[in-house]
Amino acid sequence: MAKHDVLKQDGPPSDLERIKDESNYLRGTIQQGLEDRITGAISDDDTKLLKFHGSYQQDDRDIRDERRRKKLEPAYQFMLRVRAPGGVATPEQWLVMDDLATKYGDATLKLTTRQSFQMHGILKWNLKQTIKEVNEVLMDTLAACGDVNRNVMCNPNPYQSAVHEEVYGLAKQLSTHLSPKTKAYHEIWLDDRKVVDTREEEEAEPLYGRFYLPRKFKIGLAVPPSNDIDVFSQDLGFIAILEDGKLQGFNVAVGGGMGSTHGEPETYPQVARVIGFCPKDNVIEVAESVMAIQRDYGNRSNRKNARFKYTIDARGLDWFKAELTERLGWELETARAYQFDHNGDRYGWVKGDGKWHLTLFLQNGRVKDTENDALKTGLREIAKVHTGDFRLTPNQNLIIANVTEEKMQEIADLAKAYGLTEGKQHSALKRNSMACVALPTCGLAMAESERYLPVLIEKIEAILDEVGLREEEIVIRMSGCPNGCSRPALAEIAFVGKAPGKYNMYLGGGFTGDRLNSLYRENIGEKEILENLRFILTDYANNRQEGEHFGDYAIRAGYVNEVRNGLDFHKDNLSKV
Amino acid sequence: MELQVNNSPFSQEQIDTLQRLLPSLTETQKAWLSGYLAAFQAQAGTVVPNQEAVSTNAAQPVLREVTILFGSETSNGQTLAEELTKKIKEQGFKATCSALDDFKVKKIKDVQDLLIVTATHGEGDPPDNAISFYEYLHSRRAPKLKDLRFSVLSLGDQSYEFFCQTGKDFDKRLEELGGERLYPRIDCDVDFDEPAEEWINGVVEKISEAKEAVSQPDNQLNQQAGIHAQELDLPAYSRTNPFKAEILENLNLNGRGSNKETRHLELSLAGSNLSFEPGDSLGIIPENDPNLVSQLISEMKWDPEEAVPVNKKGDMRSIFDALHTNLEITCLTKPLMNKAAEIFANDKLVELVAPVQKEALKDYITGRDLLDLIKDFPPTRELTPDEFVQILRKIPPRLYSITSSHKANPDEVHLTIGTVRYKAHGRERLGVCSGQSAERAEPGNLLPIYIQRNPNFKLPRDPEIPVIMIGPGTGVAPYRAFMEEREELDIKGKTWLFFGDQHFSSDFLYQVEWQNWLKEGILTRMDVAFSRDFEKKVYVQHLMLENSQDLYQWLQEGAYVYVCGDEKRMAKDVHQTLITIMEKEGGIRHEDAEQYLKDMRRQKRYQRDVY
Repeated sequence: MAKHDVLKQDGPPSDLERIKDESNYLRGTIQQGLEDRITGAISDDDTKLLKFHGSYQQDDRDIRDERRRKKLEPAYQFMLRVRAPGGVATPEQWLVMDDLATKYGDATLKLTTRQSFQMHGILKWNLKQTIKEVNEVLMDTLAACGDVNRNVMCNPNPYQSAVHEEVYGLAKQLSTHLSPKTKAYHEIWLDDRKVVDTREEEEAEPLYGRFYLPRKFKIGLAVPPSNDIDVFSQDLGFIAILEDGKLQGFNVAVGGGMGSTHGEPETYPQVARVIGFCPKDNVIEVAESVMAIQRDYGNRSNRKNARFKYTIDARGLDWFKAELTERLGWELETARAYQFDHNGDRYGWVKGDGKWHLTLFLQNGRVKDTENDALKTGLREIAKVHTGDFRLTPNQNLIIANVTEEKMQEIADLAKAYGLTEGKQHSALKRNSMACVALPTCGLAMAESERYLPVLIEKIEAILDEVGLREEEIVIRMSGCPNGCSRPALAEIAFVGKAPGKYNMYLGGGFTGDRLNSLYRENIGEKEILENLRFILTDYANNRQEGEHFGDYAIRAGYVNEVRNGLDFHKDNLSKV
Repeated sequence: MELQVNNSPFSQEQIDTLQRLLPSLTETQKAWLSGYLAAFQAQAGTVVPNQEAVSTNAAQPVLREVTILFGSETSNGQTLAEELTKKIKEQGFKATCSALDDFKVKKIKDVQDLLIVTATHGEGDPPDNAISFYEYLHSRRAPKLKDLRFSVLSLGDQSYEFFCQTGKDFDKRLEELGGERLYPRIDCDVDFDEPAEEWINGVVEKISEAKEAVSQPDNQLNQQAGIHAQELDLPAYSRTNPFKAEILENLNLNGRGSNKETRHLELSLAGSNLSFEPGDSLGIIPENDPNLVSQLISEMKWDPEEAVPVNKKGDMRSIFDALHTNLEITCLTKPLMNKAAEIFANDKLVELVAPVQKEALKDYITGRDLLDLIKDFPPTRELTPDEFVQILRKIPPRLYSITSSHKANPDEVHLTIGTVRYKAHGRERLGVCSGQSAERAEPGNLLPIYIQRNPNFKLPRDPEIPVIMIGPGTGVAPYRAFMEEREELDIKGKTWLFFGDQHFSSDFLYQVEWQNWLKEGILTRMDVAFSRDFEKKVYVQHLMLENSQDLYQWLQEGAYVYVCGDEKRMAKDVHQTLITIMEKEGGIRHEDAEQYLKDMRRQKRYQRDVY
């Protein structure tokens, strides 16, 4: 693909740039909108600004048509995303999340693929109170969405605790340092007195300016050998380099990202590329400079081409490295050796640094009570007695971390009583599965995801049993649209929604999250999905080599081509349709 | 203009006859004749001969007006539609552009050139902002569109099975309705730029061709003639001769989780010649619940087919039909109880109707029906159906405030009916007419109806006078008619609506319509009270009080105040609140405030429709 295809910035700024510009640092008319009793929604412009405050306006799409007939507006409601750098929350914070979800939301919590909490179904009248109560336990929602740096991810690996603490510390520092500084958040949600803003732009929003970033920006820190944060999916990834068990610094990877748009080949998922090493003391400086380059060069005309990956791909890595060196005033060192061996979670009890840690399998990160089990109640009971913390994993699972020797039995008993498990009863495929929320709340979803993947997996498990692959770890992910919240482009098997019941099927992602997958079949339904999988899984079971992962086999056997660079993602697709 | 052979379609002989006749006609006779001829023509379905000659004589060439509508999930469709609009305007034509669902479907019959740009959603469905239009166009209510010219551009994705389906559907349907295809439809794949440009250019070219030879039939004359014709011929429908109106639509307005059921009925008035004004009511002659009738008949051990007289003329119907459609069986009255006591030969019943038992009788008849009566006081002698029906009265019609404007929907009348359901005396009970509306009124069924004028609930004649409307629950019905009327007549005076119900999410009747009227300025202001959403119960009168300063200001400006809905509690509370507001804001004494309201009522500035 020629470079000029990637960068289409010759047009005028997109409408969102105008909205940001006119918003007076993210205020807009959100406050007035919250007071309007005739609608459960806020104005279109404000919905865009609200994202910066951590909330999406959504509606229950299951009943959208029914309500239209009844001359009722859509069942507007708000999703609220609570930032937790590295996914760490105290038991007290957990209890508040649990309580808020019940009081104001749909009585469930979603643990996201970026280690945040999400609550769904909050009505406009309750949004302010919910955000207030979130802040009262020292968490916040600012910059959980929007054109800013998002929740900083980091490896929650509990059994290398000393290093984890250090990396987590850096994640927190990054998160704080890159947060927007506008006072709008406090004015609108926390009743802080409105300050007439006479400050200079640099003072009001020194890192961002009043236009913020062209698009969202994602940072993650990985600690090998685990690549659970999918470091290559990040705009900016840091790979921890250890020597003698001590953290030295990080390899820096830039320009990854999952999102694309169906039918627009100039959009594509991309893997971040390692450009060098930075000492641990320079992490903040590097992150700030990288983000500033994207702020200054990112496409502000076409939002579909605005992510950092396109900024880099349009100009080349050499350009980027030179620009970074110039801004830093020093050059990154040569990248150091590292080894990832998986991107999934390791379940069950482990001991590290004198404490116990229990990783629980939570399908698709949904914490709720159902007729059959009481996961939400169980976790609440654990939070009541737990003295350590909770860690949300990048795979939507949960670690009950830092459990003392004395508490271990009690927590193990509670987990057992409420059906909180390591997922051993499930296939290894299911334990390596992820799905985004999609229908009915997500406005972008074209097909089911979270509600459907469990159903599909059950059917795939029947095939796995037949061909003897039940214990084979295969990473499978589903997304309701090509924006890719569940990072489908890195999975060994992936489904991306196209229409109700119809998915694009991708194969060949790397088991350690280092290689993109490739389109295998377009726009197919369940029957075809299962037929194809039956054939390929059987082939894989019979003909794989020792230790060969499914994604690797799919390439070797010729089902799909190997894709190491997003620019090749659409290559040869047409011949396969 | 004098009639001659060369300027009219008549022969010399005909012209002679006409010239003898025409000067002798009065204005009324002329109007009658033109209406008569127009109606005759419409009935026969013939085309006016030599229409071109008539119209070219009648009017200067008028450029056709182009309506551009788009349906699109993304901005692509809109962008193309706007580009097209710009190009057409550049050619000197009048053109309007909007989303399909923002277009008032009723206006479709007035559209001359219609250009649609539409995407297709999911599995061949219309995009979200095209669904209402799509459904209307594909419904049996869609009008014939003989004068319409159209063209469709569809946007789609070849990888979907139902590629460009919505565009194809519109194209086909517009043709079915009689439209003329101005330019062939083009179906675009994801790479739409070129084919879309081809279509836009093609359409613009076609429209420009029409510039030279434009003509417009004199619609106004035809319409006037039509109205006269209607008024002349058709039978007058009334309470005694109700019109059988077809049910076009019947839906429950309340969303999931509601404690209520409020039916929205749309009835067809086509061919009835009925008209009405906002504030008028509609009478329905209801039918009884056939289950209840069957229970009655089996309790009495009658043959349901046995014939009984149903009126003084002596028309005979089966007892089942009589109880089902002619007679009241759900309400006990004192005269009925007295007559029943005479023929039931039940001592206890005789005892109950004795004058000393006045209170006990009142208690008994409250909330009970005929079935209760015959179960509680079974006749001790055999009663024939004939004897029995003699004590019953005719089923009374039910009146509902009309919730639509005749001017806005000339062939329809809409109603808002709260379903009455409750349990009493050991049985589930259902309102007669509201129960029928909820359970036995399918689209396609006929309902006997008539118009009940209500001169005491009318909008001010002067459009500048502010209007305050108070109507919680189904009391909001006439205000929908007010709004439709004012929108249709483009009246922009100040209006303020107070509405309330139990829950915002499920009970905000006609929510989307009020929102649109607010946006368009037809409705200036709206305050809502949902009593069960928050711990503290809020009702409309509380909102009035909260806004007492503004409300008083409106009254000072001469506002008319309308109250519709529950009489016992709401209307009483609202009345007291109006007095309180005048005391508080006007600083006047209680008695003076009361007097002020009385005066307002006399001046028709305070009108109520309460029940």
